[in-house]
Amino acid sequence: MMAFFNQENEEIAKEIVSRYPVARSALIPLLHLAQEQEGWITKPAMEQIAELTDTTSVEVLGTGTFYEMFKFHPVGKYLIKVCTNISCQLLGADELFEHVKTVLDIEEGSTTKDGLFTFEEAECVAACTEAPCFTVNYRYFHRATPELFDEVVVDLKAGVSPLSKGCADDQGVMPEHGTLSRFRQQIPKSRSAGIKHPEEIKGPPSWIEEVV
Amino acid sequence: MVESSLQTGYVKHAPGFVENAGPKLITSRFKHTDSFTLDKYLSTGGYEGLKSSLNRSPDQVHNEVREASLLGRGGAGFPAGIKWGFPPEGVWPRYLVVNGDESEIGTYKDRLLMERDPHQLIEGVLIACYALGLSQAFLYVRGEMALAQERIALALDEAYKAGYIGKNILDTKFSVDVVMHWGAGAYIVGEETALIESLEGKRGMPRLKPPYFPAAIGLYGKPTIVNNVETLSNLPWILNNGASAYKGFGSESSPGTRMFAISGHVKRPGVYEVEHGVTTFRELFYDDNFCRGIRDDNELKMFIPGGGSAPWFFQEQLDLPLEASAVGAAGSMLGSGAMVVMDETTDAVKACLSVVRFFARESCGKCSPCREGTTWEEKILQRILDGDGRPSDIDLLLDIGDNISPGPYPAAAFPDEGLDAVPFPPSQTTICPLGPSSVAPIVSAIRRFRDEFDSLITRRDPIPLSLNVEEVVT
Repeated sequence: MMAFFNQENEEIAKEIVSRYPVARSALIPLLHLAQEQEGWITKPAMEQIAELTDTTSVEVLGTGTFYEMFKFHPVGKYLIKVCTNISCQLLGADELFEHVKTVLDIEEGSTTKDGLFTFEEAECVAACTEAPCFTVNYRYFHRATPELFDEVVVDLKAGVSPLSKGCADDQGVMPEHGTLSRFRQQIPKSRSAGIKHPEEIKGPPSWIEEVV
Repeated sequence: MVESSLQTGYVKHAPGFVENAGPKLITSRFKHTDSFTLDKYLSTGGYEGLKSSLNRSPDQVHNEVREASLLGRGGAGFPAGIKWGFPPEGVWPRYLVVNGDESEIGTYKDRLLMERDPHQLIEGVLIACYALGLSQAFLYVRGEMALAQERIALALDEAYKAGYIGKNILDTKFSVDVVMHWGAGAYIVGEETALIESLEGKRGMPRLKPPYFPAAIGLYGKPTIVNNVETLSNLPWILNNGASAYKGFGSESSPGTRMFAISGHVKRPGVYEVEHGVTTFRELFYDDNFCRGIRDDNELKMFIPGGGSAPWFFQEQLDLPLEASAVGAAGSMLGSGAMVVMDETTDAVKACLSVVRFFARESCGKCSPCREGTTWEEKILQRILDGDGRPSDIDLLLDIGDNISPGPYPAAAFPDEGLDAVPFPPSQTTICPLGPSSVAPIVSAIRRFRDEFDSLITRRDPIPLSLNVEEVVT
């Protein structure tokens, strides 16, 4: 079977699996990693994740489809989500939603023909006092107006990062859909306390006797 | 590149937090632009609570937390010190899972705590691990919160390298691994047993109860303590200053401070750290130190006092203190500390639909009263708003609610109609409280604004008889 992950990501995937007492716990982080590499979850990705997490590819599919962030078909380079929950709705989210629909000229849940944008309705993204709010690849834009949205679209079409217009004045580059944290936790081997399968542990950790 | 821009503070704080007068126990570093770095944390008293803990026995640390009566900040308000006592004797290993899957409508204190002061949370995690005798903890961050994930991952790396996490912490025997885990978009995963399922790599559906607490049977079938981000963020302060100093803030039953997010139609919305149990809703919404009144000086119509799951409050409840038992007796809850304020221009039916639609979409589908009920509720409310409502629809809505949550549903008093308060919590025919939560806006809105529903329902025939028989025949 052709491996799905490239060499670098395969190393990362193995490192992620090693952090958990049971390999299956790495399933969601590995689905994220696959989405980071390809933009969506492909069949070969699920097959390799199954191998790495000691599950079957149908179990990977079963878990993955429960979570709305995983896409099992290609989506745009930029995933635009507009929150329409109560706090945002009270301050103009419905109008923003209609505006986004008009500007992108697509229905909610679909992708523009050039493959650049996918548009979705979001559930509360935890920025309620800064309503209304939309996100692009999970980067937040606060107190959004139709004008702000237009500026972001212009930037993205021109290949310019709109992140500095976002809530965190981020000077970095907008990652493509699939990348969440641009910084990955790494546990140095020499510093790890040692992760074991739960069945291998019979008593309290050895440090307890030393400190009591 | 990303690492350096995060470390040098290129990435600013997302707004939301409002720095106001009053005690600041857990948000004291929020004002610094580099509050998330280890350097800043150490220069502002960071990891002192951990050091002070390591000089005591785990039981002494546990007792300090128990004495502080620190209430869980996730929604249920269960005392953390008592929860920590639940793991059965002699069963190992045990795990700590940090619930950072904040998704309740209107809530976002945990996101700010993770973004702005991740080391404070990590220190809290380490103190908890020490008191509980653990060697591994998982920090579950909501999938959508990319910035929080970056900050937590960076902080964990810094702390590992500096010897605060991992093997032989601060040159003692105490050793623990803290792993960041991140979700993928599911509100229900905030329920603690669903969180554990998700962490095991499964669909995030709540587990059947009993056992009622994962402290008995949790992650991998082992005793597991699930604590909220804000709860754990309080621990460094408590261990530094002691339980009695902590109880010097707030009321006797609700000590300390609490973070509240107030959104909607107020002049200065934001997340505030507020003394627990003493401040009133009116102070919070109208005082200059807090939200400074309703926009355009409009009248307040209603407000959600504790996240989308909470029954609504109105003008009459404004003078209640922010205290769990008082709010519970008045028919609602403080829940996740999220308040949504709605002024007189708000359409009650539309607001009701908005909240119900959230629960309908986020229902995991495990229990039929919730799976079928929430969707049905949404459809009925939508058709009422579309002008296709039927006279029987209001009774139908209440009947569906009664199937999910039998008996009188918690609600605020309505003195004008002579209706008394029905105290919290609701009953449930489901495994978790998501289904019953969808009934809250319906009962609240119908009880108070029945006339708004009635005015939308103009159709008189329960079944539309638009077919003309002759037309059909010919």
